[in-house]
Amino acid sequence: MALTGIEIYKFLPKTNCKECGFPTCLAFAMKLAAKGVELSLCPYVSEESKQALESASRPPIRLVTIGTGDRKIGVGNEVVLYRHEKTFYNPPAFIIQIKDTDSADDVARIVDEVSSYSVERVGLELKLNGVAIENASNNGDNFVKCVELVKSKTDLPLILMSNNPSAMDQALEKVSDAKPLIYAANKENVDQMVELAKKYQCPLAVYEPAGLSELAELVTRVTDAGVEDVVLDPGAREFGQSLSALTQIRRLAIKKSFQPLGFPVITFPGQGSGGIEEEAMLAGQQVAKYAGIIVLDRFTPGVVYPLATLRLNIYTDPQKPIQMTPGIYEIGKPTKESPLCVTTNFSLTYFSIAGELESSGFPAWLMVCDTEGLSVLTSWAAGKLDADKIAKTVKEFNVADKISHRNIIIPGGVAVLRGELEEELPDWKVMVGPRDAVDVGGFLKKQ
Amino acid sequence: MSAVEVPTEKWTGKIHEVKLGGNGRKSVVVGGETTLPFLHFDGKMPNKPIIAIEVQDRNPTDWSPHLISVWGDVLSDPGAWAKKAVEYGADIIALRLRSAHPEEANTGASEAKKSVDTVLSAVDVPVVVLGPGVAEKDNEVLVAASEAAKGQRIALGNCEEKNHRTIAASCLADGHIAIAKTPIDLNLAKQLNILLCDVGLSPDSILMDPTTGALGYGIEYCYSVMERLRLAALGGDTMAAMPMFCTAGEETWRQKESKVTEGVPPTWGDHLERSLTWEGITAIMLLNAGADIIVLRHPNTVTLAKASIDKLMSA
Ligand code: B12
Ligand code: SF4
Repeated sequence: MALTGIEIYKFLPKTNCKECGFPTCLAFAMKLAAKGVELSLCPYVSEESKQALESASRPPIRLVTIGTGDRKIGVGNEVVLYRHEKTFYNPPAFIIQIKDTDSADDVARIVDEVSSYSVERVGLELKLNGVAIENASNNGDNFVKCVELVKSKTDLPLILMSNNPSAMDQALEKVSDAKPLIYAANKENVDQMVELAKKYQCPLAVYEPAGLSELAELVTRVTDAGVEDVVLDPGAREFGQSLSALTQIRRLAIKKSFQPLGFPVITFPGQGSGGIEEEAMLAGQQVAKYAGIIVLDRFTPGVVYPLATLRLNIYTDPQKPIQMTPGIYEIGKPTKESPLCVTTNFSLTYFSIAGELESSGFPAWLMVCDTEGLSVLTSWAAGKLDADKIAKTVKEFNVADKISHRNIIIPGGVAVLRGELEEELPDWKVMVGPRDAVDVGGFLKKQ
Repeated sequence: MSAVEVPTEKWTGKIHEVKLGGNGRKSVVVGGETTLPFLHFDGKMPNKPIIAIEVQDRNPTDWSPHLISVWGDVLSDPGAWAKKAVEYGADIIALRLRSAHPEEANTGASEAKKSVDTVLSAVDVPVVVLGPGVAEKDNEVLVAASEAAKGQRIALGNCEEKNHRTIAASCLADGHIAIAKTPIDLNLAKQLNILLCDVGLSPDSILMDPTTGALGYGIEYCYSVMERLRLAALGGDTMAAMPMFCTAGEETWRQKESKVTEGVPPTWGDHLERSLTWEGITAIMLLNAGADIIVLRHPNTVTLAKASIDKLMSA
């Protein structure tokens, strides 16, 4: 939990010697609370205080990094139970699982598909985050071969899944530079897995389905042995078990600062459900109810796209809708004769209409009004999109200079603005477009 | 090491129980929770959330081809459609009087009465009747629906601030339930519940519809407002403690992802799989946010949603 300046102050020497560069210990404490400086600037803070401060300022859920380079993932570090209390920060990673018993061709194909998968939504590229390789053959050589094949095909983070420490060792020897997640330590193999995590400096998942007490106990063994980056698997697979276990873990971490369970959680929705649609629903639940890593049994765009959309939605800051900069945008290569459309600066709204204009084949000018990130109807209902705002935006961005005609198309949802807008823009003709963006192509064709 | 003690919530509030149907019809009770959804270690969920299937009073030729093919001929006959919906697992039927919309056939009271009669006599499960969503027309057709269903304890929506007196009066006169609809706002939702109680409706005759946004189209706002409403209710605010009613099917199937078959990127995947997942994920999110009744459109989603509810209830 983040400490306040006053709380930090209690741990400082309170001598105001100024060596840290601040006039008083309190001033330094305030700056520390704002994370603007490092504690090490004070030469006099005691070792005890240092440790106390460190553990008190430790995030309730540790941020665990898997992989390296551009596509590495960081999961955990959440601070609330409900997103409206602040926001959820680190979106869960979507990992696709393959088996070392799959044919090499299949593995190569799936890994290619997973690595290159990218779907655009509201101007963002939504992607998958990694590949999990299961040692289904229970044979070390097969495992290593498969892991190496995957590694040769992708920079994505990996999860190595084997309960067999020697198979794990063999695989880690080849790919530990890529910082894969070791899955998993369990009651039987814990000591050996801990050694591997330390030897190869890789994060370690801890699997213990017997209950949270047993899980906490096992994690404590692992952390006491010096492994810091831990991922939890409480083994709770089905809808109900997953919700209970993950809620309890989150609560213990956030409300009780209970360190043994202050780590991100990994889930396997495919193991808790019947078919792919049910797996998608369970994964969906886990996006909101508290997974850090979600391992999917299959790669299917028809399921991954809705899941990636959900993750984007749930991890959007509730105080700040994703927004566009207001202005005049070119869709295609518009000329002076091209039509002029009006929309709002809510990203979803902008990209809905921009996308349809683009696929209609008609180049157009799209004027984006500043509605503080609200959609067409919401901003209209909130008084943030009216005739006055549209007219002002036309002037602010010198829209009249860009076009030779004087027609302006407003969204069908706000047809009521037409009269007033004609008063505000006397030389213009206001046209009411369709309500749904999908129909804009048909509308333009008729003009 | 000692056993981990999981902190539990000691909620003081309880969601009102609302009974639909009865008087010769089958009945079903929703609400009654003393915990956030499915957290059985904190409190009780005496009644599981239920699934309604949407039936319309017109042939929905503008629906996704996947819906049209799965329902087939019954789409032109609300009675047959409702029967089929019960076969597919609907706990209740949500009859949407879409033809009363001014942009559709603009039908009135007599047609509404007829459709309601048809559905009521075709099935014995409880029924919800939804107007076209235009306040004046809602008044006209819902008053007629109310009279036609007198004593059968149906639920009537939309009941908005604009028309709440009319709808409440009908509910009082004919023994029905009002579905109070507000636009994704905690205070507006509570305010409308208060207004309805002020005109004499009791809390056990109110469902609230906090407005559903589909996955990708505002689900995060709905999710959080529902979560906040439920937290307020469990904290003891009785005017936030009405069971929640969500139109997930309608919202998801009108979005481009479900509607459009051609000219979309290959990364969107198979159309049917995508549409079903869109509806299913929307449903599971609403369930986790506290929905008590979810209206769906595709039978496969109904099966999946019901299975997941059972699993969430039995944990
Ligand atoms: C999510 C949401 C919110 C979110 C805000 C989301 C946001 N960033 O805008 C929140 C919760 C904050 C919100 C608040 C409110 N909301 Co609101 N909200 C919605 C909801 C669920 C979805 C809106 C949405 O995101 N749509 C998706 C976007 C893409 O749609 P769109 O912008 O209209 O764009 C489409 C078309 O207009 C078209 N289009 C866009 N641009 C153009 C341009 C041209 C030229 C053309 C042809 C077409 C076109 O393309 C898009 C796709 O088809 C709707 C109900 C619903 N289920 O739709 C209610 C809704 C819009 N909200 C409503 C209301 C009343 C409000 C509030 C005023 C309530 C209140 N009093 O507090 C507040 C106002 C906000 C404020 N004071 O700050 C009402 C509006 C009623 C009306 N008809 O006037 C709605 C319709 C709900 C309802 N049925 O009552 N809301
Ligand atoms: S150096 Fe340390 S003791 Fe000196 S003023 Fe700064 S915080 Fe206080």
